[in-house]
Amino acid sequence: MSEASSSRIVIVGAGPAGIRAAATLVAAGLHPIVIDEGHRAGGQIYRRPPDGFVRTPEQLYGSEAAKARALHMLFDRQAAEGRLTHHAGNSVIAVHDGRLHVLGEGGVQVIGYDRLILATGASDRVAPIPGWQSAGVYSLGAAQIALKAQGVALGRRIVLIGSGPLLTLVGTQLLKAGADVAAVLETSSWRQQMRGLGGLAARPIVALRGLALRARLGGRYHAGVTLERIEANASGVTAMRWRDAGGRQRITPCDMVGMGWHLRAETHLADLTGCAFDYDEQWRQWLPKTDAMGRAGNGIYLAGDGTRLLGADGAEIAGRLAAAACLTDLGHVAPPIQADLRKLARLERFARGLARAFPWPAEMVRTLPDETVACRCENVTAAAVREGVDFGGGEANRVKSLSRSGMGRCQGRYCQLAVTELVAARNGCSPNAVGRFRGQAPVRPAPVGAFLRDE
Amino acid sequence: MNTGRIVRLAERNRAEVHFLLDGETCSALAGDTVLTAMLASGHALRSSEFGPEPRAGFCLMGACQDCWIWQEEGARLRACSTPVAEGMRLRTTPPESWP
Repeated sequence: MSEASSSRIVIVGAGPAGIRAAATLVAAGLHPIVIDEGHRAGGQIYRRPPDGFVRTPEQLYGSEAAKARALHMLFDRQAAEGRLTHHAGNSVIAVHDGRLHVLGEGGVQVIGYDRLILATGASDRVAPIPGWQSAGVYSLGAAQIALKAQGVALGRRIVLIGSGPLLTLVGTQLLKAGADVAAVLETSSWRQQMRGLGGLAARPIVALRGLALRARLGGRYHAGVTLERIEANASGVTAMRWRDAGGRQRITPCDMVGMGWHLRAETHLADLTGCAFDYDEQWRQWLPKTDAMGRAGNGIYLAGDGTRLLGADGAEIAGRLAAAACLTDLGHVAPPIQADLRKLARLERFARGLARAFPWPAEMVRTLPDETVACRCENVTAAAVREGVDFGGGEANRVKSLSRSGMGRCQGRYCQLAVTELVAARNGCSPNAVGRFRGQAPVRPAPVGAFLRDE
Repeated sequence: MNTGRIVRLAERNRAEVHFLLDGETCSALAGDTVLTAMLASGHALRSSEFGPEPRAGFCLMGACQDCWIWQEEGARLRACSTPVAEGMRLRTTPPESWP
């Protein structure tokens, strides 16, 4: 038996990258196993509401409806025909020695693999603001998921803060659905946004669509703002305090704040498999190292926003490429890749233009007031992080163990970038020199009962 | 009826589901997550263990783990990724017997 016919290929994630990777393997006659936390395939970007919801893909995904529909139909058909195995509603919580530990309703099961394709996606990159631990503060992604998958707004009067295309998109989606959006506050100045133009020209239609969305926000949209604090009382958010580009103080009453500065790659599983990481200066985060196809070595392949933040279109291409690399390595005939590689290069120019136009607010984070909560899991303050540096030096994991930032329930997903920025500022070095938090299994909380077996 | 944090903007024609929250009967719609169901009539899911503030979830995609709450039976659940079900008995605070 050849290696190919006996090899078990597991894909983690059923968003655009995972779906395209699975379809490429199925087309080559293989039967992949797809493990995904969602109840239905689609990922976060093309997330589907539960059964019984009636809005059409056009209402849910707007200009991207055709892409969403195509992916959903493709995956559902291949699953129904038994050409792939879909473990829905399951979380991979650990990887060791060629085996995945998978948490589902029935407990933890172990699934072995010969080749592993990680398509774990991304989550919002958030930055701490005084008051962000209050009830009623959510990520931008949360606001979008609530609208798409539940048909709800997370507040009666909404302020959105952060930077990048998702900020504008969520604002217009909420308005269209009938929510009260009081203000959309972009921390990047017009001048900074112009610096990204060279890259943004790689996808002129997408860039123009972004400007058109922004126009729909009208006077709610403010660029180049300074964010001061989120005011709250005992039941949650009451107002956003900020300064406009001219330095005038503004207070916008609201009961919900949505925040996000573009995306942060979800890399815990890549870390556990032993992938090497590089610090990416433009995306200002640590990303796993791969070749152009997504090969990370040791039979591991990475695709989508979990490795390079190119968005949904890029994820579809990267999913195909990772599967093609896997097929080639197993001695199968792989589909042609040249056109996909060219498209991906163009998407990367665009994405790097975005990163330049809508940067991580490094200066804001570096100068956070001492009493600001940096880690919202355990309310570790900026002062505690700075004391950690003074006591133990400017290394990420040392500060983590001294301050407990990054050791709470989210395992550093939402504080890591801010904490390393704070450490770098205190230590007088670049975030690159601070290092990154080491990932630890389980990467999701797992109840003790999930590991017990009835004998 | 809707006095909570969230505002229903669409998909309002679904069957009603009833559950207990801290001993009080509450209603939600079939297909709601526990988070949606709880915030349709309330403003928070739980209290922070490390500060005075209430918490109401943050990422809604199972990554931040801010929304774990208790059930009368003892087991906890992640409110953003668990569908609400008829007869659920939910708590915003640990049961008395919680260690």
